[in-house]
Amino acid sequence: MNSASLSFIFIDSLLINNLVLAVFLGICPFLGVSGKLETATRMGGAVIFVMLVSSTLTFGINRLLIAVDAEYLRIIAYIVVIASTVQLVEMFIKKTSPALFRALGIYLPLITTNCAILGVAMFQTFREYSFIQSLVFSIGSGLGFALALVIMSGIREQLNLADVPNVAKGTAIALMVAGILSMAFMGFAGLGSN
Amino acid sequence: MSKAGPSQASIFLNGLWKENPVFVQVLGMCPVLAVTNSVRNAIAMGLSTMFVLVMSSTLVSLVRNIVPKQVRIATYILIISTFVTIVDYVIKAVSIPVYKALGPFIALIVVNCIILGRAEAFASKNSVYRSILDAFGMGIGFSFALLCLGAVREILGAGTFLGVPLFGPYFEPWIIFLLPSGGFFTLGAWLLAFSLWKERRTRKATLAAEHAQELAS
Amino acid sequence: MNAATEQTLPMPKQTSSAYMILVMTAVATLCGLLIVTVYQATAPAIARNQAQIIEESVFEVLPNATRQVAFAVDTAAGAVTVDAEGQSALPKVFAGYDDSGALVGIAIEAGGRGYQDIIRILYSYSPDCGCIDGFKVLDHKETPGLGDKIITDPDFQENFAKLDAKLDPATNRPVNQIVTVKHGTKTEPWQIDAISGATISSKAIGRIMQSSTDEMLPVITAHLDEIRKAGTS
Repeated sequence: MNSASLSFIFIDSLLINNLVLAVFLGICPFLGVSGKLETATRMGGAVIFVMLVSSTLTFGINRLLIAVDAEYLRIIAYIVVIASTVQLVEMFIKKTSPALFRALGIYLPLITTNCAILGVAMFQTFREYSFIQSLVFSIGSGLGFALALVIMSGIREQLNLADVPNVAKGTAIALMVAGILSMAFMGFAGLGSN
Repeated sequence: MSKAGPSQASIFLNGLWKENPVFVQVLGMCPVLAVTNSVRNAIAMGLSTMFVLVMSSTLVSLVRNIVPKQVRIATYILIISTFVTIVDYVIKAVSIPVYKALGPFIALIVVNCIILGRAEAFASKNSVYRSILDAFGMGIGFSFALLCLGAVREILGAGTFLGVPLFGPYFEPWIIFLLPSGGFFTLGAWLLAFSLWKERRTRKATLAAEHAQELAS
Repeated sequence: MNAATEQTLPMPKQTSSAYMILVMTAVATLCGLLIVTVYQATAPAIARNQAQIIEESVFEVLPNATRQVAFAVDTAAGAVTVDAEGQSALPKVFAGYDDSGALVGIAIEAGGRGYQDIIRILYSYSPDCGCIDGFKVLDHKETPGLGDKIITDPDFQENFAKLDAKLDPATNRPVNQIVTVKHGTKTEPWQIDAISGATISSKAIGRIMQSSTDEMLPVITAHLDEIRKAGTS
């Protein structure tokens, strides 16, 4: 069992060890859908939601696997659970809220291959978080992902107006911006540890 | 893809250079950035990914004619996660320090888009032999990219290569390169170098074409 | 990416569900077989590796020991039991003995929050002098070049050559709380001299040790005879 306090887990996953900028999870969507502020916000929302659901489910699955002594099936079980969760969430939203589906629609399938979801599930297992700790961790991580994505898209919208050399356009300049952002987030290290 | 398909050498070299998964296709970024703070970790990650890539490509290619189209992705994911689990245990058995350094990123090989991408785009349509060649090419290309990043980050960030000090005691390491932001900067710089090189080549090619045209007219 | 969606789409040529399930089952069986084989084959090596890592660290902080025994410490019940198999989930301490079977020291594992993430340490406690006389960082994510001086800085390591952790015989509580002080202001034997430029990491080490000694030492001292006896058996 991990003894970290809930507030520490939240701050840690949101800012100090930000999923994207410090742990390097979910880089593909971070670089892929950070072009526009609006899509970034929606993608962030979808990730927070799926992360919460899948982390709850994988917590249960992990308990089950430990109970039947089959921990070697963990990776397979997690990926299957996450893939089906995304499918279920997609179908559920489609039926219940067409408006929300239109907003999130194309981002949901993308999330299956978002390593951040599996990463959060793996981290909470590695660190032996309790159920409540896992919940807080997944919310913090999801918000952290959304935060990084939204900040990045804000910068990139401005960057479109800037005079960037042709060869650096696209991923190269995005990575440089991400590096500076990551450096800024380093300032959060030590937050709350006197 | 035509019936005859490209030659064996070109399948192999394709992944290594022309369609390098990291520098050209910009795929599988997470492990590229996360575990390249030392050459040792980069090599371990590269080899693990290559193993999973080669083994799953082989198996996917073997079963490509039996698996119905509707369940193919599910089958591929099953196959890939099996080999990832195997790698996970093998690394744990070989070296605990390496296992700790790579941590959850071993499990995350499952969601590395390169592997599912190759299974879907190549191995499911080609013979076993060609699939293995392609997987090796892509795997080596991926490892090469990891090594490029790992070497820059370890040499500048710690002043060592594979743990061997290079510069003597008066070298002040650029710690920033070991930190997350250093990963972004290094990859950005490599991509920049690649597109510079590509641009120069296309410029040369157009110049040559123009020249040829002038000669012809 | 969309296996389930594709299944629901009307396909021009229908494959029977039975066939799909058959193929999936066959592939899953094959995969299961592979995993279990590898798991069985690597299990002994993994267990050996893990035991070896902690064993080596224990001998590192207890250089005079030639043999070690693991104990599980139940701080709530105040009980200490031999835990050779490593089965217990309770915190563990490792007693080191020399060739004659005499207790040379006890290595205690502890952990707590550092600057970036959890720091895990192993320190050795000598019941004879009532002090901490060995220290090793097992696991940390402190900033390279700054926080990781807790491993490399020789002056900081010097703190743990003889760090006072005496217990008051009457109350069985530590007489003085271990505390980290600003660089260059160490005056008492129970103080840790912080590394300049890495104060937070140094303080974290002090805090981890203080709470660990507070919790473990009273129980260990109460059962010292049992621990000594295990060395001669």
